[in-house]
Amino acid sequence: MRENDVILQTVSKVAVFIILTFGVYLFLAGHHNPGGGFIGGLTLSSAFVLLYLAFDVETVNAGIPLDYKMVAATGVLIAIFTGMGALLFDSAFLSQTFAYFDLPIFGKTELATVVLFESGIALGVVGVVVTIIISISEDV
Amino acid sequence: MTSIHILLLIPILAAFLIPVIGRQFPKLHLGWAALPIPIVLFSFFVSKVSSISAGETFTGSVAWIRALDLYFSVYLDGLSLIFTLLITGIGSLVVLYSIFYLSKERESLSHFYAYLLLFMGAMLGVVLSDNLMVLYLFWELTSISSFLLIAFWFRRKKSRYGAQKSFLITVGGGISMLVGFIMLQVMTGTNSVQEIIAMRDSIQEHELFVPALVLILLGAFTKSAQFPFHIWLPDAMEAPTPVSAYLHSATMVKAGLFLVARFTPVFGGEATWFWLVSGVGIFTMFWGSFSAVRQKDLKALLAYSTISQLGLIMSLFGLGSAALQGGASAESVIYTKAIFAALFHLVNHSTFKGALFMVVGIVDHEVGTRDIRKLGGLISLMPITFTLTVISSFSMAGLPPFNGFLSKEMFFTAVLNANEMTIFSMDTWGLLFPIIAWIGSIFTFTYSMIVVFRTFLGPYRREKLEKDPHEAPVGMLISPIILCMLVILLFFVPNRLSDYLLSPAMNSILPAYQNMDGLIPKISPWHGFNLELFMTAGVVLLGAFLLRTYRYWNVVYDFFPEKRSIDRGYQWMLARGESGSKRATDRYMTGFLTNYLYYIYGFLLLVVGGTLWLTGSIVIDTSNDAPVSVYEGIIIVIMATAAISILFTKSRMTATLLNGVLGYSIAIFFVLFRAPDLALTQLVVETVTTVLFLLCFYHLPEWSKEERSLKVRFPKMVVSIGTGALTVLLALSVQGNKMFESISSYFEDSYKLAGGRNIVNSILGDFRAFDTMLEVVVLFIAGVGVYTLIKLKEPKGGDDIERE
Amino acid sequence: METMIILLAGVLVSVATYLLLSKNMIRVVLGTAILSHAVHLLLMTMGGLKIGSVPILGDTVETYTDALPQALILTAIVISFAVTAFFLVLVYRTYQTTGTDNLLEMKGTEEDE
Repeated sequence: MRENDVILQTVSKVAVFIILTFGVYLFLAGHHNPGGGFIGGLTLSSAFVLLYLAFDVETVNAGIPLDYKMVAATGVLIAIFTGMGALLFDSAFLSQTFAYFDLPIFGKTELATVVLFESGIALGVVGVVVTIIISISEDV
Repeated sequence: MTSIHILLLIPILAAFLIPVIGRQFPKLHLGWAALPIPIVLFSFFVSKVSSISAGETFTGSVAWIRALDLYFSVYLDGLSLIFTLLITGIGSLVVLYSIFYLSKERESLSHFYAYLLLFMGAMLGVVLSDNLMVLYLFWELTSISSFLLIAFWFRRKKSRYGAQKSFLITVGGGISMLVGFIMLQVMTGTNSVQEIIAMRDSIQEHELFVPALVLILLGAFTKSAQFPFHIWLPDAMEAPTPVSAYLHSATMVKAGLFLVARFTPVFGGEATWFWLVSGVGIFTMFWGSFSAVRQKDLKALLAYSTISQLGLIMSLFGLGSAALQGGASAESVIYTKAIFAALFHLVNHSTFKGALFMVVGIVDHEVGTRDIRKLGGLISLMPITFTLTVISSFSMAGLPPFNGFLSKEMFFTAVLNANEMTIFSMDTWGLLFPIIAWIGSIFTFTYSMIVVFRTFLGPYRREKLEKDPHEAPVGMLISPIILCMLVILLFFVPNRLSDYLLSPAMNSILPAYQNMDGLIPKISPWHGFNLELFMTAGVVLLGAFLLRTYRYWNVVYDFFPEKRSIDRGYQWMLARGESGSKRATDRYMTGFLTNYLYYIYGFLLLVVGGTLWLTGSIVIDTSNDAPVSVYEGIIIVIMATAAISILFTKSRMTATLLNGVLGYSIAIFFVLFRAPDLALTQLVVETVTTVLFLLCFYHLPEWSKEERSLKVRFPKMVVSIGTGALTVLLALSVQGNKMFESISSYFEDSYKLAGGRNIVNSILGDFRAFDTMLEVVVLFIAGVGVYTLIKLKEPKGGDDIERE
Repeated sequence: METMIILLAGVLVSVATYLLLSKNMIRVVLGTAILSHAVHLLLMTMGGLKIGSVPILGDTVETYTDALPQALILTAIVISFAVTAFFLVLVYRTYQTTGTDNLLEMKGTEEDE
C-alpha cells in the first residue's frame, strides 16, 4: 500500500506534537479541570496512532523504539504498586494523599500521590491502545 | 506477624523462586537449592520442642478480613509440633533422596521442587492454622499440590487418571469439610479452633452439631484414604516415589488424622463420632491389609498398607475419644491410652513407611521394575537395601526390636480396653474390635514379609529384569538409613519421645485431662506374658502360615472381583456424570450464538418484564424533565435515523461511519449534559474505535446479506423491539420512582477530601480508585488478549501427549 | 429531555439487539458497540440532565451535576473500547481460521470434524 501521503505526513509531523502536548496538558490538568489519566492516555495514544497511520510501522518503530506491551504492563504495575505504597504508611490499599508545598519558582504547589496512580493509568492506556493498533496492522 | 507466620510462608515463596533459580543456574540440581528450606524449618521447630514440652503454646494472628472473621492466625502446640516436625523432617530427607532419584537431564525439576515446596507450605499451614477458613484454604492447597505432583509425569495416561481421581475425592471431601466448618462457625460465632474448643459444652445440644461432625469427618476420611474413599491412594502411586514417600505416606494423608485429633476435644465423647471414627478406621485397617496381600506391584502393596495403617491410627483416635464421654474422670483415663498409641504409631508409621517407600524407590530405580512376580534374589546384589527393608518391614509387621512393635502392642491394649467399655453399646459390639484388629494384623504381617521375601530372597531371574541390578548410590541410601536408625532408636528410648512430643500433644488433644495421672503411660518393651503378647505371637505364626500357603488360599480374592469393586463404582459414576451432563447440555446448547442470545433475551423479557408488570411499578412521570431545545431535538432525530439506517445499509463501511455518527453525537450530548471529561474521552475513543474497525475490515470480506425471509426476520424484530420497549419502560419507571436521595453530594467535598476540584476525576483516582485500577487491568487483559490472538497461531504438527 | 433521551436509548437498544441476532459477525460486534452507546446515555439520564453545573468545583456555583454517573460512564467507555477491540480481533482471527464470517456455519465441536 504505497500511496502518496506527503500532505498527511507533513501535517502529522506538526500535529503529533500538538496532540502530545495537549495530551500531557490534559493528563496534568485532571486534578482540577477536565482531563486525567484516561483522557490524557487516550490523547497521547491517538498521537501515536496518527504517526502509525501517516508513516509505516518500521519507520515509526525505528524512531520510537518502545515495546508497547511493556509500556502497558509498566502502567498497570505502577497503578497497582502506588496502591500498595499506601499500605506502607498503614492506610488502606489505594488511599491517596495530597499536600501543599512551597517550591521555588512555582510558589505554593499541591502535590498529590494520585498523579502517580494516574500516570500508571495513562501509561496503561497508551500501551494497550497502541499495542492493539500495531498488532492488527502488522498482521498480514 | 510472628516468626511462625514467616516460616510458614517461606516454602510457598520459595516455590515461586525455584523456577527463577533454575533459570539462573542451569547446571545446578535444584534439589540442592530446595534442601536448605526444610532443614531450616526443621531446626526451628526442633528449637521449640523444649518450650512446648514445658506446656507453652505459641500463637500469633494477623488480621485479614475482619468483617468475615478471617484472621491468619497460627497456633503451635504439642499436636501441631509433631506434625511440623514430620513435615519438615521427612521433607528434608525426601528432598535429599529425590536429588539422587530424579535425573537433572530428563525431568523438569523446577516444577517438581516448586510443587513440593508449595505442598510443604500448604501442609504446614494446615497444621498451624487456628482459623477454620484459613485451614480450609491450606487444606485444598495440599490437594492441589498433590494433584500437580501425582501428575508430574503428565504424559502418562495413568498419572493423569490418578491425579484426577485423588483430586476429585479429596477436594470433594474438602468441600464437605468446608460446609462442616461453616456450620461450626454458625453454632459458635467464631472461626478460631481454640475458641470453638472452649465453647464445646454450649454447642453439643445444637441441631447442627452432628451434621457438622459428619461433614468434617468426611473431609478427614477422604484425605486420609479411609474406606470407601481409599481408592484414590493406590492410583496416586503414579507419582514419583519421593512424592509417594512424602505426601502419600508420611504427611498429606495424615492431615485427616490431624483433623480428627484437632477436633477430638470438640466432638469427642459423642457416640456418632466414636462409631464413625473407630468403625471406619478399624474396617479400613482390615480391608487395607487384606487387599495389600494380593498386590503384585510393590508400590501398590505399600499404598494399601498405608491405607491399613491410617485406618489403624484412625480407629485409635476413635476409641480414645470415648474418654471424653461424660467428662474427664479417673475411670475413663484408661481409654486415653488409645490416643497416646495413635500419636505414637503416627510417628512410627512415618519413619518405617517413609523408609520403605524409599527402599522400593531404590529397587525400582536400580532394577527397573516393581513387579513382585519378576523380582527375587536381590539380597546379594543389594545388601544395604535389603537390611533397610528388613528393618522397616519388620517394624511394620510389629516385631521387636523395632518401634512398630511398641505401638502395635499399645494398639492391642487399646482394642482390648475397648472391649471392656460399657458405653455406646460397646458391651454388645466391643468384641469385634480386638477380633478385626487381630485379623488385620495377621495380614499386615503377611504383606510385610512379602516385601522382604519376594523381593530379596527366592530365585534371582535376570531375564525378567530390565537392567543389571546393583546397590544404590550413597546419596540415595542416606535418607532411608536415617529413618531406619530412628526405627531402632525409638524402640530403645520411646519414653524420651513420649516426654518431649507425645505428652504435650496429649495435653492439647485432651485438655480436660490436663496432666492427670495415668494420661501419659510409660512405654516399655516388655510387659510380661499378657494377652497382647500372645496376640502378637498368634499374628506371627498365622501370618507366616498364610505366607507359606498363599498359593492355596488366594482364591478368596476371587470373591472380590475387580468388576464389582468400589473403584469400578467410581469410574461408573464419573462416566455417568459426564455422559449425563453432556446429554443435558446438548439438549439446549445448539452451538449457534443466535440461539443463546434468544435464550438470554427471552429470559430477560420474561423476568424483568414480568416483574415490572406484576409489581405494578410502571410509573411514568415526566413532570421533572428538563426542557428540550431545538438543537437537542435535531441531534436526537439524527441519532435515531442513523441507528435505524445501520440496519438497512448494504456496505459495512457506511454502517461503521453511522456508528461513528452515533458516537460523536453522544459526545455532543456529553457536552450539553455538563460532562466535559466524558465528551473528551468519547471523542478520542470513537476515533480510535473507527480506526480499529477500518483496520479489521482490511482482513475481512464485505458483509454478506442477511436472510430477508419473514420467518427469520420476524422473531428478531419481536425480540429487538421488545427489548427496546422494555428498556424504555424500565428507565421511565426508574425516573418516576425516585426512592432515595442521590449519594453524590458526598463527592462534592472532593476538594477537602481528595484535594481535587474535578469531582469526576477525584472519584476515579481517589474515592473509587479500586475500580479504576481493576479497569486498567481489564484494559490490559484485553490488550494482551488481542496481542496473543494475533501473534499465537497453532503450531504445525502434534504433541507427544498420550490421549485416550 | 429525559424522556426523549430514554426513547432514543430504546431505539438504540432495539437496533443493537437486532444486530446482535444477525448471523454476520461484524454486525454482532457493531451491535455491542451500539448497545454500549445506549447504556451510556441511560446512565447519564439516571443522574438527571442539565441540572446544576459542570462537576468542577468553583467559587460561585451552588449546585453541580451528579458526578457519579459520569465517573461510571468514563469507566464504561474505556472498557467497552477494550471489549470492542477484542471482539474485532476475535472476529477476524475466526475468519482467518475458519474461512467464514457467518455464525450459522460455525456450529460444531471438535468431535464433528
